[in-house]
Amino acid sequence: MPDTTPTFGYVLPSHGPMPVDPGTRDAEGMIEVQNLSKRYGDHLAVDAISFTCRPGSVTGFLGPNGAGKSTTLRMLAGLTHPSSGTATIGGHRYADIPNPGAQIGVLLDASAQHNGRTGREVLTIASHTMGLPKNRVDEMLDLVGLSPKEAKRRVGNYSLGMRQRLGIAQSLLADPQVLVLDEPANGLDPAGIHWMRQLLRHYADRGGTVLLSSHLLHEIEVIADEIIVIGNGKIVAQGGKEELLAGAGTFVRALEPDALARALSVAGIHITPATADGFTTDADPADVGKAVAAAGVALIELRPGDRAGLEDLFLQLTAGNQRDPLAPAPNPAAGPQAGFGPADPQGGQA
Amino acid sequence: MTALAPEVGIDLNRPRVPFVRLVRVELRKLADTRAGKWLVGTIAAISLVVMIIMLWVGLAEDVNLGFTDFLSGMNIPMGVLLPVLGVLSVTSEWSQRTALVTFTLEPHRGRVLAAKVVTGLLTALFAVVASLVAAVIGTLLMDVLGSGDTRWSIEAIQFAGFYAGQALALLMGITFGMLLLSSPAAIVVYFAWAFVLPGIFGLAVAFIGWFGDVWPWIDFSAAQAPLFQSGGPSGEEWAHLGVSGLIWLVIPFVLGWYRVLRSEIK
Repeated sequence: MPDTTPTFGYVLPSHGPMPVDPGTRDAEGMIEVQNLSKRYGDHLAVDAISFTCRPGSVTGFLGPNGAGKSTTLRMLAGLTHPSSGTATIGGHRYADIPNPGAQIGVLLDASAQHNGRTGREVLTIASHTMGLPKNRVDEMLDLVGLSPKEAKRRVGNYSLGMRQRLGIAQSLLADPQVLVLDEPANGLDPAGIHWMRQLLRHYADRGGTVLLSSHLLHEIEVIADEIIVIGNGKIVAQGGKEELLAGAGTFVRALEPDALARALSVAGIHITPATADGFTTDADPADVGKAVAAAGVALIELRPGDRAGLEDLFLQLTAGNQRDPLAPAPNPAAGPQAGFGPADPQGGQA
Repeated sequence: MTALAPEVGIDLNRPRVPFVRLVRVELRKLADTRAGKWLVGTIAAISLVVMIIMLWVGLAEDVNLGFTDFLSGMNIPMGVLLPVLGVLSVTSEWSQRTALVTFTLEPHRGRVLAAKVVTGLLTALFAVVASLVAAVIGTLLMDVLGSGDTRWSIEAIQFAGFYAGQALALLMGITFGMLLLSSPAAIVVYFAWAFVLPGIFGLAVAFIGWFGDVWPWIDFSAAQAPLFQSGGPSGEEWAHLGVSGLIWLVIPFVLGWYRVLRSEIK
């Protein structure tokens, strides 16, 4: 493995990622988005968003479909003209960067490849445009795990997962310092998602900056360190992954659940029964711990809220901002009413 | 794993993508897809068929076909299909959505379009040279198999005219491609323009008295005909070519160019 010394003087925080405060601009930010907006007629697709991505970190851009993620990334790459605000990489507009593909790896849509070209040809064209040595194509095919046989097949015959790998290979061709990837894990199986985690982690550890989007929480959870949550064009939450996870509350379990419930209600902590002997709560684990210690209740388990809690957080953060919000459930007592269609199990997941 | 060693900061002093490289890439993109290969192959095959038919008819009917006849014959299938290549060079970027990659690697869209135009002009040159070779072969065969007094003469202006005709047809394809950004729409509109409109003009000339005076100035196809004639276009014919070219080629080209530069690439 060549050169593993971080090229930046920047030292990664050892105690977990620091929260990104949109108010203070980090001087070390590689990708800087400030008050960026995009309006289509009456529709404000992106509404004055600001965020920073630093070298050495993998930033996940999380939001439901139609939240404005792709529009933001297209504005970053100069393909969509912003209505207002700025998006810069290394302090420069994308269009001002000469031979930008050689410095910034961009994958905006893995499906946006000519179906009649072979995978190898797709990479060859890109590498010719950037003026790269011939061997890069083979190296990148190898890196993303596309066999020579697969590389000879036409992209039209590729699965979405293979297209994603090809797109990743294209974005990495020139050894760029910045990666901007739109839904790169879409179509990858769980093993593929972990492979991508390894790849991007390794890349970021060497000083690279990664911004990737996803509409699936579990992908972002696996891959990213920093999370920006966007809903209906607005940033609704951003921060380190641990910080956002911690925000998901606490799970607590005791030998005597009734005593636990009493102790917590005395301390003013609102609880919801989760299992036969356990509860979830919005309160901080430390507060719960203090409350039960004061009451002398014996615990079996006390930990930050689990995945379901994070899922709730994501839904809660974005439900109000969904493009197609979940319709309020009709009151069953009122019986079927005109105007309510058949229940749509996919409602709001457009 | 291979080297992933990002450097420090974005470098503004690197050279931009050289224009010659953009042209080379565009040339490669013309023929590296199934559609492109088929189109180029079809042009070659139809040209061969045309040559065989010309030889056959020429020998059977004892018509003494000369070099310019063969060259004109080769010209017909190319004139029909090369504009399609021009259309696809632009519209496939939209239909296949490769514009996302193309304009990410070269954000100055005008440079990419200019590379496509140069590629089109080079393709037309290649096509004319190929048809020249085919015409030489056809004439040689005619000479050997026929009566032997074959006409070889061609004027430089005619050869230039053949090239100009092919180049203009290809540019029209690129123009309609940029204007419509859709392969089927641009191809249909191009063929309507190239093969239906002249007929309508003909009818209009026949039935509307004053139209006969206007027609030479607005029919770009008809205005190109003198390019292939012995001696080339006259002064007035050049004027016809210029005015009709402004209407059908220059203005739509500028509008199409502007559209590509302004449009959002999705």
